[in-house]
Amino acid sequence: MSENFRLEKGGLINRNRKISFTFNGKKYFGYEGDTLASALLANGVHLVGRSFKYHRPRGFFGAGVDEPYAIVQMNRNNEVDPNVRATEQELFEGLEAKSVNCWPNVNFDIGAINNFLNKFFPAGFYYKTFMWPKSFWYKIYEPIIRKAAGFGAASIKHDKERYEHKYEYCDLLIVGTGPSGLASAYAAAKNGAKIILAEDKSRYGGSLLTSEVTIGNQSGQDWAEQIISELKSMPNVILKNRSQVFGYYDHNMLVMSERVSDHLPKTDKYTPKQRLWYIRAKEAVISCGSIERPLVFGNNDTPGVMLSSAAKEYLKVYGVLVGKKPIIFTNNDSGYETAIEFKKNGVDPIVLDTRKDANSEIIKEAKELNINIKFSYVVVAAKGYKKVNSADIAKISDDKKVISNIENIKCDCICVSGFWTPTIHLASQSGNKTKFNKEIDAFVPSHSKQKEVTLGSANGVFTLEETLKTSFEKGSELSKQITNKENKVPIPTVVEKKSSKHDKFWCVPLPEGKNYKRFLDFQNDVAVADIQLALREGYRSIEHVKRYTTLGMATDQGKTSNLNGLQLVSEVENKVVPQVGHTTFRPPYTPVSIGAIVGREVGKHSKPTRKSPMHHWHEKNNAVFVDAGVWLRPRYYKRGNENLFEASKREAKNVRQNVGVCDVTTLGKIDIKGPDVAEFLNRVYTNAWLKLPVGKARYGVMLREDGIVMDDGTTTRISENHYHMTTTTAQAANVLSHLEYYLQLVWPELNVNVVSSTEQWAGAAIAGPKSRDVLQKLFPDLNVSNEGLPFMGYKEGNLFGVYAKIFRISFSGELAYEVNVESGHGNFMWEKIMEIGKEFNIQPYGTEALSTLRIEMGHVAGSELDGRTIPYDNSLEGLVSKKKDFIGKRSLSKKAYVAADRQKVVGIVPLDKKTSIPEGSYIVKDPKAKLPNPKLGHVSASCWSVEYDNPFSLAIIKDGKNMIGQKLYALSPLRNKSIPVEIVSSHYVDPKGERVRS
Amino acid sequence: MLYIKCPHCGLRPQTEFSYGGDATVKRPELNKEVSDQEWDNFVYLRKSPRGKHLELWQHISGCRQWIKVERDTLTHEIFTTLKANENL
Repeated sequence: MSENFRLEKGGLINRNRKISFTFNGKKYFGYEGDTLASALLANGVHLVGRSFKYHRPRGFFGAGVDEPYAIVQMNRNNEVDPNVRATEQELFEGLEAKSVNCWPNVNFDIGAINNFLNKFFPAGFYYKTFMWPKSFWYKIYEPIIRKAAGFGAASIKHDKERYEHKYEYCDLLIVGTGPSGLASAYAAAKNGAKIILAEDKSRYGGSLLTSEVTIGNQSGQDWAEQIISELKSMPNVILKNRSQVFGYYDHNMLVMSERVSDHLPKTDKYTPKQRLWYIRAKEAVISCGSIERPLVFGNNDTPGVMLSSAAKEYLKVYGVLVGKKPIIFTNNDSGYETAIEFKKNGVDPIVLDTRKDANSEIIKEAKELNINIKFSYVVVAAKGYKKVNSADIAKISDDKKVISNIENIKCDCICVSGFWTPTIHLASQSGNKTKFNKEIDAFVPSHSKQKEVTLGSANGVFTLEETLKTSFEKGSELSKQITNKENKVPIPTVVEKKSSKHDKFWCVPLPEGKNYKRFLDFQNDVAVADIQLALREGYRSIEHVKRYTTLGMATDQGKTSNLNGLQLVSEVENKVVPQVGHTTFRPPYTPVSIGAIVGREVGKHSKPTRKSPMHHWHEKNNAVFVDAGVWLRPRYYKRGNENLFEASKREAKNVRQNVGVCDVTTLGKIDIKGPDVAEFLNRVYTNAWLKLPVGKARYGVMLREDGIVMDDGTTTRISENHYHMTTTTAQAANVLSHLEYYLQLVWPELNVNVVSSTEQWAGAAIAGPKSRDVLQKLFPDLNVSNEGLPFMGYKEGNLFGVYAKIFRISFSGELAYEVNVESGHGNFMWEKIMEIGKEFNIQPYGTEALSTLRIEMGHVAGSELDGRTIPYDNSLEGLVSKKKDFIGKRSLSKKAYVAADRQKVVGIVPLDKKTSIPEGSYIVKDPKAKLPNPKLGHVSASCWSVEYDNPFSLAIIKDGKNMIGQKLYALSPLRNKSIPVEIVSSHYVDPKGERVRS
Repeated sequence: MLYIKCPHCGLRPQTEFSYGGDATVKRPELNKEVSDQEWDNFVYLRKSPRGKHLELWQHISGCRQWIKVERDTLTHEIFTTLKANENL
């Protein structure tokens, strides 16, 4: 196996830098510039994996993105990287890779027994076999199938690598740097267009790297190099290699994944592993070339059978011979190029040409080089298990139906060429309805739906001369329309060998008595017989055939299998290929790692984090935070060994007894100005707003048009035409949009302006019987007596030199004030409050104590205003005006909303006064009733009442109005609890609301 | 991702906007008697056309204006965009 297949010279690799790597634990050497595939082939390693279904030995079939089976598992940077194409992975020092889908190892794979049982694994095998008994699927069938099938194993660890997103705008995005890409880019760049030119490989140049052509007075490769270096020097060109444009989305948005560090042993700290580019292009130029089509014959998946273009690329780019006794099996002239390369490097190939006769420059050249050419010859079957060692070849009749003169000849590789398939994936994704081109037996793009054009062989144009001419012209034309500039570039003369016509023949008939597997889809193990079976079983639509047989699925997306599959279906069905049509191409063209899609938005970065200006103080004072929407709020302030329950109880109690202070910065705030504000609020809120005097606040409830409560809050009239609205933390953004909707679209005649001022103000709620004392000391010059600043009153004050807004509003049910200062002074205000409040035993309190205080007071909040309740349900019907119209009013007369036993909020106390009732519990009459137990309602919020020192909950239950005093049960099946409870008023503490007015 | 031309700001990516539904729905006038049927039509019933659809979007991460967008629901083609006070 250690035989050297590397040529003495040649190729584009750097022979001065030797690189060591391991594959399946064994150490090998390659050179800088190698891919893992080329380096393994140079070492004579052809066996890289086992196939998906039958676990047949598999090697290399392609040399790039077209590779269906050389998929390996990589260890890089202490991370596992599954499903890496060996043909794309560049070699680096210390690279570690291993085979997938084999156990115990690739040489001896237990699963290969499937290959010998293959009669029992026909198309649709899983669908047919694992149907009964149904219960076996999850426990028995699926785990076994999961283990047996599939490719690499994903890491279960958190991915530590860094992935980035980038947004870019350009005039032309050009996909692919072969002749058409380079020519169109060059012409467009010269016209001053902003260009992004993307190449999925590490080397630019595409087919020019391996073809024998002359452009101007240079070789194709030199010409490409010169164009690239010129483009690199132009400021209006972004040139990206290792970058795959994999998706074409709406409005000319294309997405590209750049493999920034995948070719390096380790990712630098601040360099991403991959970068996802979202590119909005005025024009997309698709110049991504074509992929060689396989010919189908017996055991055509044996390691050593590969595309002739891949064999040529390994020779010309990497200086690697894929074999020393090659058979070239071709139906067109491309195979001869590979044969000539072999011959030039001292290896004698045999060419089997399916055509009866063909004449062209290149065939003439091959003949002159004394290459053994057999016309009307085919490979019937490859022989050898883990590697091709010979081939059965045969003469084929003129009608291609009969094979004869079967003989076995020794060989160590079979290079196949079944002509070329344009890569139409991107064009098709863009919505382009493709058409079938009979000349080339393949689909090509037709009418562009978006701003997109396909050039070169991707468009079915296989001569360089025409490709260059149209690409220069198209690049110039498209860019001229955008930049209004034209710098004509001369189109160079081209010397290339003219090809003769290809043969439509693609599938070798089985010899009598043999049933070799003839694979169409190498990645998914779909053979000719599978498709035939699917058709016999009645599958007709190509989309159904695809799903039943898995043809063209998975990471390969039918790159090499698509057309042969279609040809087979059309033959069996006696149709022509365009009638069968092709399956829908969907992004991504190649696999994209989940990490790249997610980008930087992982963990705590998955949403923004907003912090109040007092956040730092909270942190210093042992606050334990909780997520409240995008905000971080103190949940409680931990003292000593306190837990949540103890701390929140202490904080709430202190508010009831002394005074507490709570950070309410997160409340939504909307500044409203204009002469029509009162009228507007009167329409927005359910209660009356026309007579609110300056310097007064009012509580309001707003509905959606369907009558459901949207939000509640207070709005204060600051001056004649200036109001300050507060919303709940969670609904702030929605309420603003809601107001804007009515002002801009429904009542544009109202002269009102709204703007969010949430972040402009820092807020502190000072609550408790001693809050007035604190306030008085904060604002010594202000009359804050019950008469000077009554309940729902508003004043402006001077807080030690800082302008402050003071609202006498209360969420806790205690005498309370909310002080707002500009955000920059928030921390100053907070520290002053703490300093001054010290003598009154002030304590900060968090959201847990805040909830306790509001729950036992029966104040409804988010858990009751849950998008399913109307004002009545929340005992807010007193705030619903009967006189005026407002948003959602008409809905409140709906039958269900006025039902006599309509649900209503109530209080709930456990009979034992000890057992806390879990939120979400069901309220039922009989805990032992047959399931489904009729549900009366649910517990919306629970707390430990600090006033009465027992558990208390709010619940919304059917006919709540008439349920007070009833003994019912709270059921929590999740916690396996059944708690006897009594229904009480939701206003558990201070039902008359005297404290807030004291 | 759509590319929407805000009539106030110019072409902006879809991520700057939020969707607001059918733009042809008219709210019944305030204080006007409406039948249950009329009201239900306004609150709940929407067409789901295949093809051209005049709809509302709000440029929430931009000028915050509600705009009208005529879009093909099948192909996502946008034919025209209008200010809130403009009509087709």
